[in-house]
Amino acid sequence: MDKKNIPGISSKPSAGFAVLKPFNAKPAGEPEDLLFSRWLASTPLWAWCLMVAIVIAWPLTSYASSTYSIGDAFQALWRWIPFIVTGGFLFNVIISFFAMLIGTVLGIILGLMQISPAIYIRLPAQIITQVFRNSPWLVLLFIVLLALPYEIEFGDTIIRIPDWVKAVFGLCLPIMANIAEVVRGAINSVPNGQWEAAESLAYTRQQTLWQIILPQCFKRMIPPWMNWYAILTMATPLCSLLGVEELITLSRQAIEAENNRPELLVPFYGFALLIFFAYCYPIARATIALERRFAVKL
Amino acid sequence: MPQHAWTDDQPIVSIKDVHKSFGNLEVLKGISMDVMKGEVICIIGPSGSGKSTLIRCINALNDIQAGSIQVEGLEVNDKDLNKLELRKKVGMVFQQYNLFPHKTALENIMMAPIKVLKENPVEVEARARGLITKVRLEGKEGAYPGELSGGQQQRVAIARSLAMNPDIMLFDEVTAALDPETVKEVLVTIQDLAEDGMTCMLVTHEMGFAKEIADHIYFTDRGVIVEHGPPATFFDKAEDPRTREFLSQIL
Ligand SMILES: Nc1ncnc2c1ncn2[C@@H]1O[C@H](COP(=O)(O)OP(=O)(O)OP(=O)(O)O)[C@@H](O)[C@H]1O
Ligand SMILES: [Mg+2]
Repeated sequence: MDKKNIPGISSKPSAGFAVLKPFNAKPAGEPEDLLFSRWLASTPLWAWCLMVAIVIAWPLTSYASSTYSIGDAFQALWRWIPFIVTGGFLFNVIISFFAMLIGTVLGIILGLMQISPAIYIRLPAQIITQVFRNSPWLVLLFIVLLALPYEIEFGDTIIRIPDWVKAVFGLCLPIMANIAEVVRGAINSVPNGQWEAAESLAYTRQQTLWQIILPQCFKRMIPPWMNWYAILTMATPLCSLLGVEELITLSRQAIEAENNRPELLVPFYGFALLIFFAYCYPIARATIALERRFAVKL
Repeated sequence: MPQHAWTDDQPIVSIKDVHKSFGNLEVLKGISMDVMKGEVICIIGPSGSGKSTLIRCINALNDIQAGSIQVEGLEVNDKDLNKLELRKKVGMVFQQYNLFPHKTALENIMMAPIKVLKENPVEVEARARGLITKVRLEGKEGAYPGELSGGQQQRVAIARSLAMNPDIMLFDEVTAALDPETVKEVLVTIQDLAEDGMTCMLVTHEMGFAKEIADHIYFTDRGVIVEHGPPATFFDKAEDPRTREFLSQIL
């Protein structure tokens, strides 16, 4: 019944051996939850110009004397762009979209489980969250890719699981865990008095959660949620290490098809970089803008 | 004993030898008091003496370790307590108002009867508008809590509790967070309530108000009731040195 225990406020601060306590790497004060979006959104104009300039200028400098001219390099890129984008980047977007969708649904469930008063629900949820939040994404991807079967049999129909679907499952795990933390954090940011007021008005715990608490903190969850989407999208090239056909995989294939000319490395991968930035930059800007707006309103 | 054998001539709230601890800290050490229907009682005492804890135990926001609390014959210290039943009887107003910030004043008042008691929204709205008038907030129906002053918010909070048609109202230092100018408007609201015959239990530091409104005053210190009595005898003839010291500091 005494729901929240705030050390130092509702109970005495525990004086223990500092070395035995979990190491807290977060600086005191506000946790920085939108770090990535803040950084990306504050990219100055010159950084964009510099990136474009490098992509263009590289072939000029490196093999200036060779027979392969800058024009040739860009002609090659130009030829391959439709293939790279529709066959490659589109998959990055699709993978990120579905990983986000599944990760969000699972994350909300996991986040709600974390605030359950029943320890046999709360504890496993906390463990799952911590494990998946703190595992390297690439490792999770590998495990899922190797663990999931190559194909599933439904009676007499055999369904092949494409690699990108496995990548979706691999990437939705860390997203799930991080969204769970977003949900838990947002719920905990609502003052305890709201729970008590609702309780004294005969609301049950479930009613309080869905009718009083979540409507209040829903807005607060949107900016960090978008922040995680941008991070996820930027992480989708990891899938290329596993042979999933996406932007980086196809860029590599294109370069190979062009006889592995070193002049092509920077234009092709630079293009990949630019397209990721171009996709994520507006998201980051919107994230920060929304966060500012909600900060004023609440 | 059947749960609803309670009648008007018995105490509406009956507290017997209540003990409450937070971990090792014993906050209530054997509190007993009876409150009759329509009575107004005030609980006073120094900070940390357990006033809030006691009042929160009455509507089961805190559980107790020993003793008994009965509200209209309903045993609060019971594992199988029907909390809905208890909280329909007991309304509570907090120091920090605790209005729902995403709902307007009127919605704050209407929500619980509609969502929890599943009452007819049209009837609830009529009742809620009546309550808005009663707490003198006509014209503020559509205002969000953030747009209201502390005193106005607190009056909405009182109306919100009243919308559940409680038999007993608990007030925990409801004017402590308010500007001196707005304290009065809230006290007047409580006084109106008391005059209408509502059973009220107040924790307060407003001694003048307590003296005027209370039928009975309890002074608590370190988890026990040190002294109690009707205002006339309590304020003028306090016997215990702790009570006298407290009163001399605060008056
Ligand atoms: N949730 C809790 N967990 C642990 N200790 C608590 C909790 N709530 C209250 N206490 C402790 O219980 C004691 C009594 O607190 P309580 O709030 O009832 O005092 P009070 O008489 O209302 O004081 P005040 O006039 O300052 O409001 C205090 O020592 C307080 O620290
Ligand atoms: Mg108190």
